[in-house]
Amino acid sequence: MSDTDHAGAVREDVPEIVARLTDGQWHRLHPASPLLRGGIALIAILGVVVSNLRERLVGLFLPRFDEEGDPVDYILSHGIIVQALLVIVGVLLVLIAVFYVSWRMHSFRITNEVVEVRSGILFRTNRKARLDRIQGINIVRPFFARLFGAAKMEISQAGHDANVHLAYLGSAAADDLRREILRLASGTRNAALPVTGVATPDNLIDRRLGEFLAPELDPDAAPPESVVNLHLGRLIGSILLSEATLLALAIVVGGGIWITSTGQYYALLFALPSLIGFGGYYVRRFTRSLRYSIAGTPDGVRIGFGLLSTSNETLPPGRIHSVEVSQSVLWRAAGWWQIRVNRASHSSSRGAANQANTTILPVGNLDDARRVLELMLPDLVGEEAVAVIEKGLVSRGNDAFTTSPRRAAWLLPLSWRRNGFLVVSGSLVLRKGAIWRRIIIVPQPRLQSVALSQGPVLRALGLADVHLHTVSGPIRATLEAIDKDAAVGFFGEVAQLAVLAGQNDTSHRWRSGEAEA
Amino acid sequence: MNRIELPQTGEWRRVSPKLVAVELVAGAVFLLAVSAVGVGLWYLGVGWLAIGLWAVALVALINLAFTPRRVRAIGYQLRDDDLLFRRGIMWQRFVAVPYGRMQLVDINRGPIARGLGLSELKFVTAAAAAGVTIPGLPEAEADELRDHLVLLAESRRAGL
Repeated sequence: MSDTDHAGAVREDVPEIVARLTDGQWHRLHPASPLLRGGIALIAILGVVVSNLRERLVGLFLPRFDEEGDPVDYILSHGIIVQALLVIVGVLLVLIAVFYVSWRMHSFRITNEVVEVRSGILFRTNRKARLDRIQGINIVRPFFARLFGAAKMEISQAGHDANVHLAYLGSAAADDLRREILRLASGTRNAALPVTGVATPDNLIDRRLGEFLAPELDPDAAPPESVVNLHLGRLIGSILLSEATLLALAIVVGGGIWITSTGQYYALLFALPSLIGFGGYYVRRFTRSLRYSIAGTPDGVRIGFGLLSTSNETLPPGRIHSVEVSQSVLWRAAGWWQIRVNRASHSSSRGAANQANTTILPVGNLDDARRVLELMLPDLVGEEAVAVIEKGLVSRGNDAFTTSPRRAAWLLPLSWRRNGFLVVSGSLVLRKGAIWRRIIIVPQPRLQSVALSQGPVLRALGLADVHLHTVSGPIRATLEAIDKDAAVGFFGEVAQLAVLAGQNDTSHRWRSGEAEA
Repeated sequence: MNRIELPQTGEWRRVSPKLVAVELVAGAVFLLAVSAVGVGLWYLGVGWLAIGLWAVALVALINLAFTPRRVRAIGYQLRDDDLLFRRGIMWQRFVAVPYGRMQLVDINRGPIARGLGLSELKFVTAAAAAGVTIPGLPEAEADELRDHLVLLAESRRAGL
């Protein structure tokens, strides 16, 4: 391929590998893959089982060892060391052969249209995924795999259990491969930009060390600067000020009262496991948020995090089905916000702060939230809309939003002033809650359908509910109890906008409109 | 006067009145089953549970009385670019789905509906909550509508 050839002139080895990987031919994964995928665990488990049950296993299969005690003694005393070693070598050879065959049989190819994986020894599977339907590409580097210079790639597709896993690839190749897949998927006719590469050291150990210490953001694909810096103090504070802490406090206080009043101190024994559980929860959330970064690339938003095991995902434009900026009452004083999204794909891998991978920003102040919104919704909301949304976050009502009438206070005694909607260019914005503040942004091209409903209570008050349907996720875009006429108007407007936006949307091939360079 | 009325909509296409019979039979079976269990529980001496079940049966009975009215409230319109669907009297619900968002169309026939030659058409999008299910369509009409919707969706295809 010509475009990768001139990239190869800048950086010697890596682009060649990538050009090879995307040439439409079948390729194999990293040779250490079977070992990394479960071989090590298998061996470790076998080792533990054997060492624990050695006597019994031996007694079970070879009852005549019983009187001899240790089989090692038996082997030594009978002079069959050679035979024993041969058996061990034989088992090892069989294991290696199985690993080798499973590696040989596991191959993938990437063409201009699809990515295809086939695997399995006895039960063959073949999975083909269209590039223009990619919902995101995640590169995970578990700690152990990083030592081998390997990385796991997960190509998300819409639907349940529909993701394509490439586990494992060479660590450096994975980043380049992702860029190349995204370029093919984007529909751009431009060649890849030449990679102004970091010089890769020739020494293997230096290279591993370099990869290990490299920032999670690939420096040549993204502007190196993350738009958000997650301060350690804020991170710890946000984790402590969570619902889990309230629960833990409730348990401690309730348990304390109960124990001191009844004098049954042995109950403390039962409290210990749950405290360890909470501790583990805090530690996991904490370590999974370290080195958090989020930045924009031409092919979407990139989010990376993790200290020892790292993860780094690119969400192409038009793959975010709705965005929620929220603030629990516990974070109110600190002015912290959290951002979550709805996505069409469902991944088992966890996101930042060990939360579902739909949590884009675990915690941030208003500035951070604004910067992340600007990053995620560049084509969807204009500059002025971001300002309106930002004001809407903290406003008490009486602004650009169309809010519920006073009679809605029967149903929403605290939040009726804030409860409202706003149509901005490209998006629909819903605002809810006075205690638990929330803003939900639904990009118009992602809207699946819209519903309007009214029950007897709402009818008596002259109110109605509006539901914006997007793919399922943590966010439900429903606005309760707004004025009936406003709701009818909103419903009609949204129905029209949904049709128009759906027809004009080209984000499945997000760079296809780009002029040829 | 506080009811939702959509402005400037065209003529609502109604479902077959035979759907009333289907709903009545289904409702009656439910009613009988609940009352029978209630009677059984009464003789077993679990009076409070029996009274609860009879209350449920009473609600079901009232509900049954409104069946013809509820069936008349179901309607749909094939607008230029989207399908508009409505149902409910007490709990009114309107849904607008652009044709391009269609992922698939299901046609289901229950035993009673099949006896009366009726089908139920389900319009499925990527959003689970949309829930556009049009019951009580004559079989031929349902098949025709399904093919029509597939054609419309094909010509207005949108991404996810």
